[in-house]
Amino acid sequence: MTTILLALITGCASEGVEEGEWLPGGETTNTLLLGGNAFLMPSQNLEPEDEQDFYSGNSFFNLSWVEAPASTDARDGLGPLFNARSCSGCHFRDGRGAPPDDGAAPLAGLLIRLSVDGPDGPEPDPIYGGQLQDLANPGVPVEAIPSITWTAIDERYPDGTPYRLTAPSYHLEQPGYGPLPAGLMISPRVAPQMIGLGLLEAIPEDRIAELSDPGDADDDGISGRIQRSGGVVGRFGWKGEAADVPHQVAGAFAGDMGLTSALVPADDCTDAQTACRDEPDGGVPEIDGDVFELVALYSRAVAPPVRRAADSEVVLLGKALFKDAGCALCHVPSHTTGASPLSALEDQLIWPYTDLLLHDMGEGLADGRPVGEASGREWKTPPLWGLGLIEDVSGHTRFLHDGRARSLEEAVLWHGGEARDSRDAFANLHADERRALLSFLEDL
Amino acid sequence: MRYLPLLALALTLGCNSKDRSGLEDTALSWPDNTEAAVLNYTAIVEATYADSLAAAETLNAALEALASAPSQAALDDARTSWLDSREPYLQTEVFRFYDGPIDNPDDGPEGLINAWPMDEHYVDYTIDDPATGIVNSDEPIDAGSLEELNESGGEANIATGYHAIEFLLWGQDLSDTGPGDRPFTDYVTDSSGTATNQDRRGLYLTTAGGLLAGHLSQVHEQWTPGADYRTRFEADPQTGFEKALTGMIILSGFETGGERLQAALDSKSQEDEHSCFSDNTHRDMIQDIQGVQNVWVGSYGSINGVGLRDVVSEVDAALAGAVDDRIAESLSLANALQPPFDQEIAAGSAGNARVEALIVSLRAQEELLFEVFEVFGLAVTIPE
Repeated sequence: MTTILLALITGCASEGVEEGEWLPGGETTNTLLLGGNAFLMPSQNLEPEDEQDFYSGNSFFNLSWVEAPASTDARDGLGPLFNARSCSGCHFRDGRGAPPDDGAAPLAGLLIRLSVDGPDGPEPDPIYGGQLQDLANPGVPVEAIPSITWTAIDERYPDGTPYRLTAPSYHLEQPGYGPLPAGLMISPRVAPQMIGLGLLEAIPEDRIAELSDPGDADDDGISGRIQRSGGVVGRFGWKGEAADVPHQVAGAFAGDMGLTSALVPADDCTDAQTACRDEPDGGVPEIDGDVFELVALYSRAVAPPVRRAADSEVVLLGKALFKDAGCALCHVPSHTTGASPLSALEDQLIWPYTDLLLHDMGEGLADGRPVGEASGREWKTPPLWGLGLIEDVSGHTRFLHDGRARSLEEAVLWHGGEARDSRDAFANLHADERRALLSFLEDL
Repeated sequence: MRYLPLLALALTLGCNSKDRSGLEDTALSWPDNTEAAVLNYTAIVEATYADSLAAAETLNAALEALASAPSQAALDDARTSWLDSREPYLQTEVFRFYDGPIDNPDDGPEGLINAWPMDEHYVDYTIDDPATGIVNSDEPIDAGSLEELNESGGEANIATGYHAIEFLLWGQDLSDTGPGDRPFTDYVTDSSGTATNQDRRGLYLTTAGGLLAGHLSQVHEQWTPGADYRTRFEADPQTGFEKALTGMIILSGFETGGERLQAALDSKSQEDEHSCFSDNTHRDMIQDIQGVQNVWVGSYGSINGVGLRDVVSEVDAALAGAVDDRIAESLSLANALQPPFDQEIAAGSAGNARVEALIVSLRAQEELLFEVFEVFGLAVTIPE
């Protein structure tokens, strides 16, 4: 016992608060507003002109878009098919979306991607497109009425403590444009949070490459793979489908709100959906270049929040356990950013807890829908910064790609595939230690 | 791992490096007048909502009169009542942004009261589509269905509230020189009426008016003396102070400066203004800032007591003075905007410079208020 104690004390220096750890976003970190407003703040080191643009971009992010033509012609063009009327409709207060507790439509905050098998691999459905839109302008049929039901999975920790996981099933009823095709692949995804996106964008590709290990050459059980989008590292979206912030923003405008931009000049209406195709548009493109730039800047510059108790004993213990369990092999704690279109985001030591790589997460979490380099079992490691504030910001504690986990604890327990060993290490901990690890996650 | 207690001990011994670089270490002793300021604040909140409710009830009477006996005089009267009802309501916008009764995520009705922009087609005819909107459909028009049509967790709402009523009173603003010009005959139900579904339009108008008063009442109720929310708010003056300040900060920079002014300029769209049908947006700016000043100095109507500035003054008189001057400057610049606001933001207009000046002042205002935040050690942690 004494040897262990000694070993712990001497080895302990690495378990203290590390240099810069209090400020997960480096100099951008929001140290001013927490609680429900924790994800609203601009990066604190923005140049004054950029800060002005941030507030303007915030306006276009928050306010509703309306059907064209409208008096407010800078804000029209919504739909004809859409999932939400505004960015903040799903990314409310820049937080995360969640499935509705009753699983009933409309699924505000959760959307469903679609694909079918094609000659060269998965492709959008010829009629329903690449995403299911469950809202529409008057006179245009919605694509379907989606709903969710859950099945309970009751299990026990090795120490006998019971827990319950809830596995979702998705139902698409009343398809509006003919029967849904056999073999339709679906992928439900909640809206991710908006903090630190420009920082993630500025992590150098070399860094991501050096963390990848597709063949598990170092034999640590982890085989992170790079997603590619347009030839470049894909790093936004649940499977890393978008290479950079502008592509993510343009894709979301088009797919989620039916708003076209120069980068993505078509919405998700297919030629077969004539009711949709026949509706007036709000201009070509509907989002003009200046407005798009403002939303892109805004999306890059939302500040990650400060740590609240990085030096508390329980949190530090949790951090040590997190690393011991191997969680940090995919949830890589820190990086230094390189070049960015926003100078304020450059050369920052950041703590997002992600390697931005694709990992096989096991059968339980698989959506069976490959995208780019990602198989039907792979997901890109999401960042963990901000986890503890989701409850205040978004009013729920739902985690993972479709919000199936009703707590951080459940989220950990769902980890499978490459993460199975780490999940088991967590499950094998003493109850107080599990609590400590979760306290660490709650402080991020 | 059975050695948890030893592990904890080891960590305590070895690992407690407080690397708080960049964060203030404040051990502020709160001024004695903090509680008085918070009690005065809650009194101001209650009074401002009470006035808003009263004005909404006057508005309702005018809307009923218009719907039941449409005439030019009745329409003018309803429009005047609408404009009057905005004056107190806009001064309540500073009470937003801390999940209080007006905007808590569970049942705060702010989106049902003041959402913008309005989806015109959704409600009534427009110049390009004479048959669109709930008014011209078979949808039931009653309080329950209108509310339901707006429901979509976290989403901005589009069919109720001040701006829906504004649209029904003025119609789209299709002119460069004045507001919307809806004829009173849109409400006339005999054959001399204009447009269609005049009876439904009248019903929509009065239903929306009733909803508005109901929502304002719901919020006002929670700020009356003895109400649960007010009691809890007053029981914790330091948090109350912080919330009052948070509302001032976010309204100054994000909302008025950013969403309403900067975005309007950037959109280069004439109608990108909150009260676009009535061309009343300049009052929105002025009264939003007035609300901030009310809270800062501690007065509204007949209430004149300890303001946030008096608390700040105890700790940093120079900072309090700087904020005094800055808010006064913002108010003065807001008053210098030349109505109609849509001409001020029109591309290339001389008004652009006036709007810019106001934006700059509001941003500076927000910066100063953040300094207050820091001086009081409110940065970093909020005890929720």
